[in-house]
Amino acid sequence: MPLTDQQLRLKSVQYRRQLLHYIHLAGAGHTGGSLSSVDILNVLYNRVMNVSPANFASPDRDRYVQSKGHSVESLFVVLADKGFYPLGELETLCHYKSHFVGHPTRKVPGVEMNTGALGHGLPVATGMAIGAKLDEKAYRVYTLLGDGELAEGSNWEAAMAAAHYKLDNLFVVIDHNTLQITGRTREVCSNDPLDAKWAAFGFTIREVDGHDIHALTRALADAPAPGKPTVVIANTVKGRGISFMEDVGKWHHGVPSDAELAKAMAELDRAEQALKEAAR
Amino acid sequence: MSAPAPTLFSPAAKEIAQSLGLSLGKANLDVFADTVLSLARGNRDVLAVTSDSRGSGKLGPFGQALPKQIVEVGIAEQNLVGIAAGLASCGKIVFATSPACFLTARSLEQIKNDVCYSDMPVKLVGISAGVSYGALGTTHHSLHDLAVLRAINNVNIVVPADNVETVAAIRVAARMKKPFYLRFGKAPMYALPRSESFELGKATVIRDGGDLAFLATGETVIHALLAAERLGRERGMNCRVVSVHTIKPLDESAILAAGACGKVITVEEHMIHGGLGEACAAALMRAGVACRFRMAGIPDEYTVTGAQADIFRHYGLSMEGLSQLALELT
Repeated sequence: MPLTDQQLRLKSVQYRRQLLHYIHLAGAGHTGGSLSSVDILNVLYNRVMNVSPANFASPDRDRYVQSKGHSVESLFVVLADKGFYPLGELETLCHYKSHFVGHPTRKVPGVEMNTGALGHGLPVATGMAIGAKLDEKAYRVYTLLGDGELAEGSNWEAAMAAAHYKLDNLFVVIDHNTLQITGRTREVCSNDPLDAKWAAFGFTIREVDGHDIHALTRALADAPAPGKPTVVIANTVKGRGISFMEDVGKWHHGVPSDAELAKAMAELDRAEQALKEAAR
Repeated sequence: MSAPAPTLFSPAAKEIAQSLGLSLGKANLDVFADTVLSLARGNRDVLAVTSDSRGSGKLGPFGQALPKQIVEVGIAEQNLVGIAAGLASCGKIVFATSPACFLTARSLEQIKNDVCYSDMPVKLVGISAGVSYGALGTTHHSLHDLAVLRAINNVNIVVPADNVETVAAIRVAARMKKPFYLRFGKAPMYALPRSESFELGKATVIRDGGDLAFLATGETVIHALLAAERLGRERGMNCRVVSVHTIKPLDESAILAAGACGKVITVEEHMIHGGLGEACAAALMRAGVACRFRMAGIPDEYTVTGAQADIFRHYGLSMEGLSQLALELT
């Protein structure tokens, strides 16, 4: 049974709870970016991509490459929910000899590529998309980039190649939360006008509210323009869902204290309650 | 009339090569292109990925014969390696081909993360390696590639000495689902005498001897062989010559056996920091083997300008230079 928008919204609350819990437990993590990207991952894994533990070895599965590898906690909780491993394994996050390190690795079931150095995901995803074309396979390739990450020149090398090879099976998703570790991306090294840049590189632009489940679904699932790669500019809020973390740079890799975690969990409880009441 | 091109082999060296019955073959780079084309004809998963480098990689005929099996990314080496990793993840046997100088410097992070750390079985092909580009200067030389790749986990590094080793190395790399770095020059190579077939990770004894051992790699092996032959004829020395074609994993037993000769000279078309020489020195030290030891290679200085042959001669990577070094050691 396909999940409803309401069920996905509830999942997002649950994912936020879980990732905050495990970041707090580990004493490390990229909190702000995980909270800004988790709705995107929710829609991708629960509604758009044909990726599951059962088909992960299939050459026909869709591919997901998390270029902004530091937001790994959102990926880890979503993969656990998909059944790739028990959620409880995240208790070892960042521990000695744990596979659950601070960036994705293929030792974690469900992860396609080891990432973490920025500007790597799009070239690799481009190679996967060329591979699909060569093999005449129908799978799609999704890659999630941060907006600060766009300063890495390798992205634009790959963007040129993606358009050149007419990769309409490639979807670049930008977690456009407008903050990077130093401050506002616009002030650090502006990438404005973002849409015009991608358009000039030959991409179809889809700009959406990156926390709107319905809008994300359309942007990520709808058929692409034939012969053109797609970029989904997902306008997001860093730290989304926790009032005191939202749009605050220090939560890039801030770890909540006991008191902050309790406050955050209480906010998520209220958000969950509000969703349930709205549905009545 | 233009001046004659400098040659890698002096008349005396050529004479010794001739007396040994050695014949000049093709450039290893040409053999690479022929071999990959023949592999690709039988397997559509074999791909060449190029960064505007099909001409310099001698892959023009490949592109014409199998246009669907060559992926051109333009002058973008980082993208070359990233795309190659993505293709390898789809089961493709990918030869990512680019001048060694760019491939192993500009794309080093992609090699480290997308290929080696992610365990994607990309075959990284460094063409016109070492000082093959000669007078084009330091931007085009790769004297760092063995050092940087030795420091990265999960990559086999192979530097073939002649056409035979080149063919064998490519076939092994294509067969194994592991990352490889293969390094080729573009000068025609003499076929080396050998009784053993190529085995990854096992150095090949080209000439046996117990007075002194040359541990050489790649296109310097022939110069070591000619030096050994000359020392035998003129000085009665019995020198061993070993082709250490696999830099990683290193054949430590062959190195220790060389150390037992009491005198060892390593030879490489690479900076003396971090290459074959230091790897051999470490292996000998670890095993407690004491011997007289010299490293022939490019020193840590602005590399002298000139053709590859000039650079080789200047730094003693020649029959004359290596025999002189051997005499200094005795």
